[in-house]
Amino acid sequence: MTAELGHFSLILAFAVAIVQMIVPMVGATKGWQNWMDMAAPAAMAQFLLTSLAFGALVYGFATSDFSIRLVAENSHSAKPMLYKLTGTWGNHEGSMLLWVFILTLFGAMVALFGRNLPDRLKARVLSVQSAVAVAFFAFLLFTSNPFLRLVNPPMDGQGLNPLLQDPGLAFHPPFLYLGYVGLSVSFSFAVAALIEGRVDAAWARWVRPWTLAAWMFLTIGIALGSWWAYYELGWGGWWFWDPVENASFMPWLIAAALLHSAIVVEKRESLKTWTILLAIIAFSFSLIGTFIVRSGVITSVHAFANDPERGVFILAILAITIGGSLSLFAMRAGNLGAKGVFSLVSRESALVLNNILLVVAALVVFVGTVWPLVSEMTFGRKLSVGEPFFDTAFTPFMVALAMVLPLGAVLPWKRASLGRAMRPLWGVLAVSVALGSLVMVLQTGTRMMAPVGLALASWLVLGSLADLAGRVRLRKLPFSESMHRLRHLPRADVGKSVAHIGLGLTIFGISAITAWQSEDIRIARPGDSFQIAGAVSSYDIHFDAVNEVEGPNYSATRGDFTVTSNGKMVATLHPEKRVYTVSRMPTTEAAIDIGPTRDVYLVIGDAQDGGGYAVRSYVKPFAVWIWFGAIVMALGGLLSLSDRRYRVAAGARRRQHQTQPAE
Amino acid sequence: MWRVFALLMLLATPLWAVQPDEVLPDPVQEARARQISQGLRCLVCRNESIDDSNAGLARDLRLLVRERIVAGDSDDQVVAFIVSRYGEYVLLNPRADGSNLLLWGAGPLMLVIAIAIGLISRRRRSNATVEQLSEAEKARLAELMRD
Repeated sequence: MTAELGHFSLILAFAVAIVQMIVPMVGATKGWQNWMDMAAPAAMAQFLLTSLAFGALVYGFATSDFSIRLVAENSHSAKPMLYKLTGTWGNHEGSMLLWVFILTLFGAMVALFGRNLPDRLKARVLSVQSAVAVAFFAFLLFTSNPFLRLVNPPMDGQGLNPLLQDPGLAFHPPFLYLGYVGLSVSFSFAVAALIEGRVDAAWARWVRPWTLAAWMFLTIGIALGSWWAYYELGWGGWWFWDPVENASFMPWLIAAALLHSAIVVEKRESLKTWTILLAIIAFSFSLIGTFIVRSGVITSVHAFANDPERGVFILAILAITIGGSLSLFAMRAGNLGAKGVFSLVSRESALVLNNILLVVAALVVFVGTVWPLVSEMTFGRKLSVGEPFFDTAFTPFMVALAMVLPLGAVLPWKRASLGRAMRPLWGVLAVSVALGSLVMVLQTGTRMMAPVGLALASWLVLGSLADLAGRVRLRKLPFSESMHRLRHLPRADVGKSVAHIGLGLTIFGISAITAWQSEDIRIARPGDSFQIAGAVSSYDIHFDAVNEVEGPNYSATRGDFTVTSNGKMVATLHPEKRVYTVSRMPTTEAAIDIGPTRDVYLVIGDAQDGGGYAVRSYVKPFAVWIWFGAIVMALGGLLSLSDRRYRVAAGARRRQHQTQPAE
Repeated sequence: MWRVFALLMLLATPLWAVQPDEVLPDPVQEARARQISQGLRCLVCRNESIDDSNAGLARDLRLLVRERIVAGDSDDQVVAFIVSRYGEYVLLNPRADGSNLLLWGAGPLMLVIAIAIGLISRRRRSNATVEQLSEAEKARLAELMRD
């Protein structure tokens, strides 16, 4: 019954979405107030109906209702409740339902928080948002219905991939989708602005929080996925430049660019057309990402052909959305009119450079991702594009970005003097270069990764701190006065510095783990001891014992290891090799002792013929900073989001508008 | 999502990448073998190097790489040997020749174009402002001239 209820709600939501797509848009064009007014309640209704549908599916998974085909194929009664629930989106149909659920959630939030928006703009934004929803409702209902019943329900389900029975991956998709789909709001605002033919500072101020939120969620989602790969896959790889990863990384890069260009629109009313274009591109990349993941087209052309209906449907959505919005852009962008002239050395120019580097970097990732397909179809050349390409082709852009960032962040608007802007940064630059040189002298080998990465990280972190210190006149004023000033700095400014520090920390972690990781592969028997040298100190690992243990839905071989360093106890670690009962699939559970300067990472493998087990151990220096940096970046976004200007100013503007006619 | 999961499954099992019994006694040779393996694709996997993969074919390739190294081949010779057997599909780092120049050139080319567009549109904007002023002046000038 619940499944039918869910199905029915979904159809109703589809109907509401169609109405919401048409009526407010017509109302906005004709100036009919009551037609425009229906947008917000419709958005709420759409959201409630979709939540009902989503809830019905979650309920089906929670109660292991195997008469629903999706549940039967993807769940199992013996699964822990948490993974039954998160299994809802661990499959194609469920994840698409989550997609539209979040889409309508954002629509409802625009309706709710957008009370200060001008009626016409709001009606148009919600109408565009709903148009996207219509496409995805249709996709769900016509090609990917999650509520199909089975005539003969099986006794038990087929289970969920054991790899996904993990908290890291369970919550990875929702965050990623919050990010992907969050960009739909910026997109809707951009298209609405094109239809209105008007972009101003207020528009940028409305768009920026949404982009910021989407970017934050993407940051967390990508970090979760990468962290999952790190501890779950068994050798501590954390990024593979896989098409599916790239699909989430490209929107992240573009969203980062959009965040920055929207600042220029907000503060200087410049770069308007470009910002609109970026908003369209950002969401386009979200759609392309969805397409890549859903259709499997990049994996192989054949995977696409296996399921042509879905692939073609998403491709059509892609073509209409991107093609349509870009045509609209081509027609209307000229009318937007730009103000704000700026000199070559200015904050504006720095932000343009930021945008160029981020966007070109994203396009490099895009070209690399689709190249195998293009090359095979166009040049008949079957080839692979993997990690080495991306490392070589992508990294220089990030290096350049990090090099200009601290300076660009302190440049004044409009016209700046490089000499004056650099004044507080010379010390930071000297320290960073010295640090890099020190590392270069100390390290063995000639790889530039560590020295350059460390110098850049220090330049970013210290540069951002120097900026903050300058803002609060640290050491020029009494300390308490400086702290008082820090508390009263606009949150967005503090957020900016925090996010930039986060980027520095991530760069530091990446450089350190890439340059200094050490590894040991051996056959070890219980009772054996061996040593592994880390970048800072070396570790003695003692293999105490092996046990067979039973988990709720798996059995495992568990090793007991004691890790000591210079005779001092560091940790006892219990890596496992699991076999899940239902799928018979083996997985590895690495045991990691996480520390601020290194992770000790142990993996136990198969029993060897001659006795003993294959044991791999790693010391991964400063690994945790990769994800800690990402959290700090997201935190910077959150701080910025809490800036009162986003809540107050947009409303204040509106109130002025309202009082005018009364005069 | 299923294909993602299929991928994850492939990614996930490869724990048994390099087996203890494969490791060469000479650490320099072993390091070279690892370096080379990281650039070679496991042909039956998705986007995975033979260094990371547990597939049987990946193991065969790893052993082959080590065999060639022990036989005295240089790194380039080893790679060339593998490519001659399995085609350039095996290279994770695509060669920078022929149509691939487009791939490798894309980044630098787009960067140059983007910077050029940025500079031109900035200049045009500042010129436009100057011209607006001079047009007003021109109109005034024309008026004065008519008198």
